[in-house]
Amino acid sequence: MLSRDEEEEIAGTLARYADRRAALPEALNIVQRYRGWVSDESVRDIAARLEMTPEDVDSIATFYSMIFRQPVGRHVILLCDSVSCWIVDYHVIREHLERRLGITLGQTTADNRFTLLPAACLGACDHAPVMMIDDELYLDLTPDRVDDILAQYSS
Amino acid sequence: MTNERPLTGDMRADGEPLTLVEYERAGGYQALRKALSLSPQAIQDEVKKSALRGRGGAGFPTGVKWSVVPMGAQARRPKYLVVNADEMEPGTMKDRWLLEGNPHQLIEGIIISAYAIEADVAYIFLRWAYKRSARLLEQAIAEAHDRHYLGKDILGSGFRLDVHLHTSAGRYMCGEETGLLNSLEGKRATPRAKPPFPQVSGLWGKPTVVDNVETLCCVPHIVSHGWEWFKALSCTENGGTKLFGASGRVKRPGLWELPLGTTVGELLHEQAGGMRDGYAFRGLLPGGASTGFLTEEHFDAAMDFDALEKLGSRMGTGTMIVLDNQTCPVGTVFSLLSFFARESCGWCTPCREGLPWVTRALQALEEGRGEPIDLEVLEHSIRMIRMNYTFCALAPGAMMPLETALKYYRADFERHVTEKRCPWRG
Repeated sequence: MLSRDEEEEIAGTLARYADRRAALPEALNIVQRYRGWVSDESVRDIAARLEMTPEDVDSIATFYSMIFRQPVGRHVILLCDSVSCWIVDYHVIREHLERRLGITLGQTTADNRFTLLPAACLGACDHAPVMMIDDELYLDLTPDRVDDILAQYSS
Repeated sequence: MTNERPLTGDMRADGEPLTLVEYERAGGYQALRKALSLSPQAIQDEVKKSALRGRGGAGFPTGVKWSVVPMGAQARRPKYLVVNADEMEPGTMKDRWLLEGNPHQLIEGIIISAYAIEADVAYIFLRWAYKRSARLLEQAIAEAHDRHYLGKDILGSGFRLDVHLHTSAGRYMCGEETGLLNSLEGKRATPRAKPPFPQVSGLWGKPTVVDNVETLCCVPHIVSHGWEWFKALSCTENGGTKLFGASGRVKRPGLWELPLGTTVGELLHEQAGGMRDGYAFRGLLPGGASTGFLTEEHFDAAMDFDALEKLGSRMGTGTMIVLDNQTCPVGTVFSLLSFFARESCGWCTPCREGLPWVTRALQALEEGRGEPIDLEVLEHSIRMIRMNYTFCALAPGAMMPLETALKYYRADFERHVTEKRCPWRG
């Protein structure tokens, strides 16, 4: 079931569009913000709210990269693998992250703290290599800097 | 004396956004007042004569795009202006500068442009990753409402406009004009057939113009200072300054607002400071992932739509990606094509099937499993994946770096086959 907060936020977005289904991407974003990911149950709830079929909702949810249809850790690390970062030490940062976290791209740490995912260009190419953790963007990464950043999320 | 860097010259040095008060003090929203005293047609004419070309990558003349919108009482309503702020072209970070540095400049550009096409509603389609931009835009929209720059009766003119922020859920295809419109309607971001063009039948079938952030930010300055001034800012036949950038192993990666037509060599050497110590130049993509490689012989070329097209490349977004001698060109192209294959929306076969095929051939080369036939696969793909064979420009754009890499770095591709390894990985 959608929470009251989720219901209210979805209702708020409906007013912005000429058609109900246009609120779907935002509805998925809203549910994910509260729950971390979008479960089958949430797909059905959103479908009911927007008068769509669950299959239709799922075809959108699975199309967009930033909607998670599987559980993720408490923090999602998005490591840019596009060309500017790829040229400037992407591999060094990726190997360092994978070694430090004990996981590879697409996995979640055993303590459920971090999920590590690849991301397309994050639009900060003059500060490559870069990554985002949740809503925060981190620039000019080095292995030492990655250690400092991870420490902030580990306390 | 007018500012020679109209889009960024007034921005703060500390990276904080220009506040509404600061923007107004610098002349902000004066262009809106002037625009509202003119007819929509007069603004369209001004923009057309300014030779402003779209800054999102395709470079279509903005005034021409607007001129197709049905006007007057006969036009179907509501009409929409959609801002393409879904910046996701690899190597591109220019719109973020405008969004975070001076959000009100974009809002003013939106209002004037909406007035020029008689739009009723505007949407800003923003990249999900631009969290700071989202906060700043929400605030700027609210402030503009408070000052009566937006809403029912803008500055007493009778013109009405609402602006909504829409945050994408992440997909490169959302940056494609018609894919963006489908996405905004809550559908998958697949491209639409043209015609009908969006200006006639766009968002929810209504007349719609989709313009890039940087394009719209030029509009207030054109209105304030006139088309002749704007045209004279450029070194070429196309008007204005341009946000240029550089990334890769250069001394000073960054962004600069410079006259359109500044040379490739000046950007690389004067602005970006040349290559970092220990690295030598091999080539560059002048404007994002879907442009073709340029080399030393092109240093005198103007960074301009027409000039770069003649060289078998494109200006694209104007933010160059620099390839150095310690980075494998085959690996670089593999990285580029992996992006395009992953982001293909799957709508048409050459892109959905072709890009993964190309990517597998490049991967085989990189992993030392390459055969001579893999090079033939790449050549064949370049012939078969091109404009008019695909539904949109995504896959043909992906072929540009591949085609030019095969032209300029052919020997490196062949070494991967003959040596059965990537020479850069030892």
